[in-house]
Amino acid sequence: MNKITLLKNGIIKENPVLILLLGTCPTLAVTTTAINGLGMGVSTMAVLICSNIVISILKSIIPDKVRIPCYIVVIAGFVTLVSFLLQAYAPEVNESLGLFIPLIVVNCIILGRAEMFANKNKVIDSAFDGIGMGLGFTLALFIMGTIREILGSGSWMGIVLTANLIEPMSIFMLAPGAFFTYGCLVAFINYMTKGRAIKKKEIGCEGCPSAAACAKIEEGGCE
Amino acid sequence: MKEMVIILFSAILVNNFVLVRFLGICPFLGVSRKLDSAVGMSFAVIFVMVLATIVTFPIYMGLLIPLGIEYLQTIVFILVIAALVQLVETTLKKNMPALYKSLGVYLPLITTNCAVLGVTILNIDESYTFIQSIVNALGAGIGFLLAMVLFAGVRQRIENNNFPIAFKGIPATLIAASIVSLSFMGFAGVIDGLLGL
Repeated sequence: MNKITLLKNGIIKENPVLILLLGTCPTLAVTTTAINGLGMGVSTMAVLICSNIVISILKSIIPDKVRIPCYIVVIAGFVTLVSFLLQAYAPEVNESLGLFIPLIVVNCIILGRAEMFANKNKVIDSAFDGIGMGLGFTLALFIMGTIREILGSGSWMGIVLTANLIEPMSIFMLAPGAFFTYGCLVAFINYMTKGRAIKKKEIGCEGCPSAAACAKIEEGGCE
Repeated sequence: MKEMVIILFSAILVNNFVLVRFLGICPFLGVSRKLDSAVGMSFAVIFVMVLATIVTFPIYMGLLIPLGIEYLQTIVFILVIAALVQLVETTLKKNMPALYKSLGVYLPLITTNCAVLGVTILNIDESYTFIQSIVNALGAGIGFLLAMVLFAGVRQRIENNNFPIAFKGIPATLIAASIVSLSFMGFAGVIDGLLGL
């Protein structure tokens, strides 16, 4: 498979946050500032690339029946590693991301890519898929963080922009602002692609990592 | 006793898991289209949250701390939760088919629900006692139920409205969630006022 296509696929065509609507919890929770979004994106990307590589290497060894627990162990191992690295080298980022660092384990994007891509493809391809998806996730979180930080505190990456000119709308730093920004962003993508992108895979079983074990799938989805 | 009430109500209202802490957003957006499935999912979540807390707390205090391997918390907790969900599902299927029919279908979805792993880790982070942890887990679950039920009602209302095409579906749902979460901000400070602290 073409490496460039794989990268483009993750960043634009199948952007995990903006098109597939996966990993919504960290997207909403940690994007109060652009730098937090970036930190979360890079941490998740590191876990995603490593777990994709390892799962792709082990795909012939892991028995099919217990594959999901095996993937979870691999992912949780890398999450622990990343959390150690953050504690040592970026304690501030670690402090502000807090609970959401261990929760990378249950990020649907990582388990989803393991299930949908890494266990069917070669190691190099899986690594590139991880890079593409990771970059797409990071980009989306960075955009969310940028919008919320500029509107909510009048600064960007810690640099004061409009805080002294206009009173910042601090609601954008809080929960309602997060839902609102994400909704508008998805609507914007919807508008640009004339609805094709989102309709293809609304929140449903296709992107859901539990699909394999889900009894509802025969009934045509969760609804 | 007063402390327990405070923990319970702040987990339900002030720090609502879905609308304030952003945990468990996937089922919140995915399963809230119909009221009965929202309720079924929520009860399964309450059940697993409390059970997971009862199991993970002694493991952390009795096994991980004495051995000095607290850093394995994430791996151990997620494995325990996955095994627990599997166990509950099998037990329900065999012994209580009626209950399995209404709750069981949601169980596989719960392993990857970040609210469950979130509550077990939060209990340790906040250094709650065992009883406090269980109360907190119960509150978190009830908060999840409250958010799901409220939001299912809101969603049924917005489903047939006329939006600009770009906002149809998920974007409209997210904006509605934003308004519901705005209303939950009104609860900040309520606990202190109510209990006279």
